[in-house]
Amino acid sequence: MWRYMGRKLGFYGLTFVIAVTINWMIPRFMPGDPVRSMLNRASISDPEALERMTTYYNEVFGLDTPLHQQYFAFWSGLFRGDLGVSVWLYPEPVTDIILRHIPYTLGLLIPAIVLSWIVGNHFGAFAARGKVLDNTLLPVGYILTATPYMWMALLLLWALGVVGGFFPTAGGYGFALTPSWSWPFFVNLVSHWFLPFLSMFVVGLGGWAIGMRNLIIYELEAEYSNYLQALGAPRRLIRRYAFRNAMLPQITGLAVQLGTIIAGALLTEIVFTYPGLGTLILRSLNNNDLFLLQGIFLFVVVGVLIANFIIDIIYVLVDPRTRVQMTGGAS
Amino acid sequence: MGTTSFGQDIWAQFVHGLRSTFVTGLLGGGIAFVLGTAIGFVAGYKGGIVDEILNVLTNVVLVLPALVVLIVAVAYLDVRGLVVQALFIGLTSWPWAARAVRSQALSLATRDYVDLARLSGRRTWKIITTEIAPNMSSYLVMSFILLFGGAVLIAAGLDFIGLGPTGGVSLGLMLESSVQWSALQLGMWWWFVPPGAGITLLVGSMYILNVGLDEVFNPKLREL
Repeated sequence: MWRYMGRKLGFYGLTFVIAVTINWMIPRFMPGDPVRSMLNRASISDPEALERMTTYYNEVFGLDTPLHQQYFAFWSGLFRGDLGVSVWLYPEPVTDIILRHIPYTLGLLIPAIVLSWIVGNHFGAFAARGKVLDNTLLPVGYILTATPYMWMALLLLWALGVVGGFFPTAGGYGFALTPSWSWPFFVNLVSHWFLPFLSMFVVGLGGWAIGMRNLIIYELEAEYSNYLQALGAPRRLIRRYAFRNAMLPQITGLAVQLGTIIAGALLTEIVFTYPGLGTLILRSLNNNDLFLLQGIFLFVVVGVLIANFIIDIIYVLVDPRTRVQMTGGAS
Repeated sequence: MGTTSFGQDIWAQFVHGLRSTFVTGLLGGGIAFVLGTAIGFVAGYKGGIVDEILNVLTNVVLVLPALVVLIVAVAYLDVRGLVVQALFIGLTSWPWAARAVRSQALSLATRDYVDLARLSGRRTWKIITTEIAPNMSSYLVMSFILLFGGAVLIAAGLDFIGLGPTGGVSLGLMLESSVQWSALQLGMWWWFVPPGAGITLLVGSMYILNVGLDEVFNPKLREL
């Protein structure tokens, strides 16, 4: 088991190194000069100021040293938690800004992922091989997975927020409140959180339900289900066995889907101007704050890697076969 | 279908935007398909160390969140075009297709007729294209359909963040401008409902087409 974990950790370490390298390479090897384009967009007319800003930015990026030296400098900065200084919120370090916004994104992502996974799976298992339910579930589920996250968010926001007026339409909490551990603030926070959560939950639901439905049908064809049926076991019991077996591929599916779901969360946040990483990405793009953008990229990658590792651990805990294989038993 | 707050016709934008959606889908999905199947076939057929290396590569790209990589990469471009966007999407969204093709090719590579072809001294790519690929053509068609749908969704996401083709029209860009000019607060539902519905219908019909094909090729899934 520890060898397995070690191998997984090694793989994630490699992925992290590659991600950091990509992050380092993009500003340096993309066609065009990032410093020049940043300054162009700022449209400075004074040539002397332009000269000074160019040298300043070159120095900040470390573009005036040889390439390998730049690479190591980038890594050492990373280990000191130094991702550079934001251009948009000038004197503030990038790391601080991101850390301030992360709780909102996590608060949105984790409940949406976990709940839609659980509910979707149960619903799919329930609908499989049921005549009416199955026929309605399939098209609805496929349409839901095909819905772009931001469109679902827009529709919900418009229907429940603007027209219905049940929920606030923007922000993470009311403008009249300051963050504190009080009851009114908490209620306000939840009412702002609910719509983004709901739209992510609904979009996620369809995919899990369909996946589970297909897997259950496969499992019901398996030998053990036929055997149980021949023994006269009740339908519910067979279903329960099938469900347990079908869960394993769904856990792997969760790891594969993670990137898409996170991207969806970022888009949803933009619609609701929810103060998480997605809105931060939009702001940093609008303000040409490339340091901040790259910092967010690194944080998202690290988050995805950690989540993947957690899913791996859960998989080992849930599936006894992987444990047998790891301790050297017959495969 | 009404106009935007600048008096631009929504219907005209929609029709024109649909074209760029199809172009990114076909091109991005196509590039991802070619890359994914090539890597999957080579990994599954060759096996051994080649397989190991390609497998690690596939898993690395699979774990990295595609859209976030794209945002960072595209943000550095001064002028963004449709083709470049499709190229980037293709370069990041191939891994799961490679994985699926690899596992299929792995089981087909040990068949007798493949051995026979190998004994007769054919070249590797010829064996792959004439012996292995035709036997999983249904699988390949379906993975292209899924890649097409995925590329359309990713492109819409990129457009929505404001990294779409500069000065172009696409369904994602329509959504972006509707949010930017607060169509929501003004109650202009005709601005943001059609583009999203277009994307949803397009991708959703792709998925349902896929199910239909799946039931044709795989009788196990059919209703009893």
